[in-house]
Amino acid sequence: MQASKEEYFIPDGSYWPIVGSIGMASMLGGFASSLHDNSLGTGIMVLGFGLIIFMVFGWMGQVVHESEQGIYNKQVDRSFRMGMGWFIFSEVMFFAAFFGALWYARNLSVPWLGGSSNNAFTNTVLWPEFKSVWPLLQMPDAANFTVPKAIIHAWEIPAINTLCLLLSGATLTWAHWALLNNNRKQIIVGLIATIALGVIFLSLQVAEYAEAYQHLDLKLSSGIYGSTFFMLTGFHGLHVTLGTIMLIVILMRVLRGHFNPDNHFGFEGVAWYWHFVDVVWLGLFIFVYWL
Amino acid sequence: MATTTSDIQDEIDAHGHGAHDDHHHGPAKGLMRWVKTTNHKDIGTLYLWFAFTMLLVGGAMAMVIRAELFQPGLQFVEPQFFNQMTTLHGLIMVFGAIMPAFVGLANWQIPLMIGAKDMALPRMNNWSFWILPFAGSMLLSTLFMEGGGPAFGWTFYAPLSTTFAPASTDFFIFAVHMLGFSSIMGAINVIATIMNMRAPDMKLMDMPLFVWTWLITAFLLIAAMPVLAGAVTMMLTDRNFGTSFFDAAGGGDPVMFQHIFWFFGHPEVYIMILPAFGIVSQIIPTFARKPLFGYSSMVYATASIALLSFVVWAHHMFLTGMPIAGQMYFMYATIMISVPTGVKVFNWVTTMWRGSLTFETPMKWAVAFVILFTIGGFSGLMLGVAPVDIQYHDTYFVVAHFHYVLVSGALFSIIAAVFYWLPKWCGRMYNEKLATIHFWWAIISVNILFFPQHFLGLAGMPRRIPDYSTQFADFNMISSIGGFAFGASFLLLTYIIVTAIRSGEKIEEDRVWESAKGLEWTVATPAPYHTFDEPPKKAQILSESSHIGEH
Repeated sequence: MQASKEEYFIPDGSYWPIVGSIGMASMLGGFASSLHDNSLGTGIMVLGFGLIIFMVFGWMGQVVHESEQGIYNKQVDRSFRMGMGWFIFSEVMFFAAFFGALWYARNLSVPWLGGSSNNAFTNTVLWPEFKSVWPLLQMPDAANFTVPKAIIHAWEIPAINTLCLLLSGATLTWAHWALLNNNRKQIIVGLIATIALGVIFLSLQVAEYAEAYQHLDLKLSSGIYGSTFFMLTGFHGLHVTLGTIMLIVILMRVLRGHFNPDNHFGFEGVAWYWHFVDVVWLGLFIFVYWL
Repeated sequence: MATTTSDIQDEIDAHGHGAHDDHHHGPAKGLMRWVKTTNHKDIGTLYLWFAFTMLLVGGAMAMVIRAELFQPGLQFVEPQFFNQMTTLHGLIMVFGAIMPAFVGLANWQIPLMIGAKDMALPRMNNWSFWILPFAGSMLLSTLFMEGGGPAFGWTFYAPLSTTFAPASTDFFIFAVHMLGFSSIMGAINVIATIMNMRAPDMKLMDMPLFVWTWLITAFLLIAAMPVLAGAVTMMLTDRNFGTSFFDAAGGGDPVMFQHIFWFFGHPEVYIMILPAFGIVSQIIPTFARKPLFGYSSMVYATASIALLSFVVWAHHMFLTGMPIAGQMYFMYATIMISVPTGVKVFNWVTTMWRGSLTFETPMKWAVAFVILFTIGGFSGLMLGVAPVDIQYHDTYFVVAHFHYVLVSGALFSIIAAVFYWLPKWCGRMYNEKLATIHFWWAIISVNILFFPQHFLGLAGMPRRIPDYSTQFADFNMISSIGGFAFGASFLLLTYIIVTAIRSGEKIEEDRVWESAKGLEWTVATPAPYHTFDEPPKKAQILSESSHIGEH
């Protein structure tokens, strides 16, 4: 009943959603056009992307402003927490689709093409030369695909990346403790360390992709192995990029004196997101690189 | 009753919100009111009109389909265009009409039913809606592109949707991304609203069933829609960036597409029916003048249906060469769903048993729902039996089945809901006589439309074809005649709704229907722009509970 003493904040009308919708439609419509050699497509896509950036900064800026003015109460804070929590759950399910594709290919479709269980005829009739192995370097019909020479091994760059992300989870939690104890200096150090680890991760990931594309011929078009490899690591990389940008925004806010031990959902929301990205990476390391 | 509520309302208005006056004026003027709005009632209205527009667009496509099938042979359209019609009819009805209509009802009703002043995240609520017109336009624009629109059916199976699809498919993919994004945001908002904005004295098991069913639906949406996004993303890269998720030549599998699609698709069909269960569970007690029978069993049944919906997806795929063990599992799991569904049907019937029944329009539709949805449920049971599905699969029997559950199920529940709550929304009553004529017109024509399709399917007529052998001619003609009549009934419905809103008889009663229970009937009629600035008290919540018998 405490919350009902102060009012729940219902914002006035806002232009940001419609700006976001126009941005999203332009970006995706432009992208689809550019895929079909429409010369305007790329321009519209870039414009739409710009609009989305504008919208995110404007909208979030307004939310930060409202939060700093203290017009959000505990109940509003709970809404934000629930929103972020369920959003992360939706992201989990998004990754689940790609993990599902990986497991299906590894355990079902590739063995079936190789003739396992009752699929002897599949193999004989379609591609009798094809042997089921994983990692799959030889496609059933190699003509339309890039045949990779080798794959990225788990205990090289990916292992270092695993360390980076695990460590970044620790530094972020360290920063969070500092925030709870109102130790501003330690928050900043912790956040900078986390961001640095994120950037190192991303740089190593870029180096790994360059190695794969330039030396190993491991590409998106390298059959189901390359498809699942790049889809999973690529979407994860995209999320790390987003997470890093979000951490930088949080660092800026800390430097401006935002957040206090009782009120710092912005910080926590980003921290949750970062830990989520971290956990997805562990799944990737185990199932994509290692096993 | 009317005086007490308006007294409370006056008291609230006078309650010294002077400092926040700007939050308490009425709606803004002009078009920008609708573009910028953060008010749950405005956004609900936007959703409902969008859904209605899409219903008419999708309905027009259905008319093209039935016109072409009126006689054997090719009459009006090219086969390719016919396929575009079946595809877009399905997509528009599912993603443009039924789902947004339920979200619109959720927006209007959930805050009113749980005593909340608005949705939990109002700006995001606005965005959830305003993505839809853009996504819908992008989807419809594919029809005008070179190579035509998507023609692979609403299920967009690979490789039809990857290797053999028109260029416009990439626009379709992004439209689905946007629709999914909108649905996920809407669902997050519904959960946050129910869990965080509920009147502090309302326990979960005090909630009206419409709220319960929507809470569970929102969970399904958040779990299922991202999987669809993943599926269309893989389609996109298979089409444009050389991946081979759904291409056996690269080690992938077109059947994998079906697994991923139906992992989304089966929860999706419950997303389209659970809120309908909620609506019917609100309406029947009102007009039976009895508490809902078995409230808690309704809640548990809804939750069971939702959980089971994630483990039955491959019953759509019995003919893909699944191992026998897989067929057996998916058959039994599927048939298990008829247990909680049966609980619901029996509860509705038992609620009516020895009630003081009257049959105002919402009740007519609710009863029609119970009967016709059950027919659709039974044909679903038949389809779930793996050995006989070999005969039914991909025939008109399937078409008949899902139109019974989606048209005379989901859509009829939406019509029932609109007739039930419209007087509260706009303070005016619809014309009962015209509504009754419309009801019988629609009920008779919908059965003429879809019932013969069972026979067509059993006799072996495949779905998604513009032409057929002559032995199917009679039933197709009957079905088409029913289709045109059913289509025309929506013109009358439009007239009834529009005249009700503009010039219907004014009502003063807060409790529009004499035995209606629920917090939404305690606010003034028409519902003021802002309601429940102060949460309702415990006594009021309990006395408005439709299942008071259980307390």
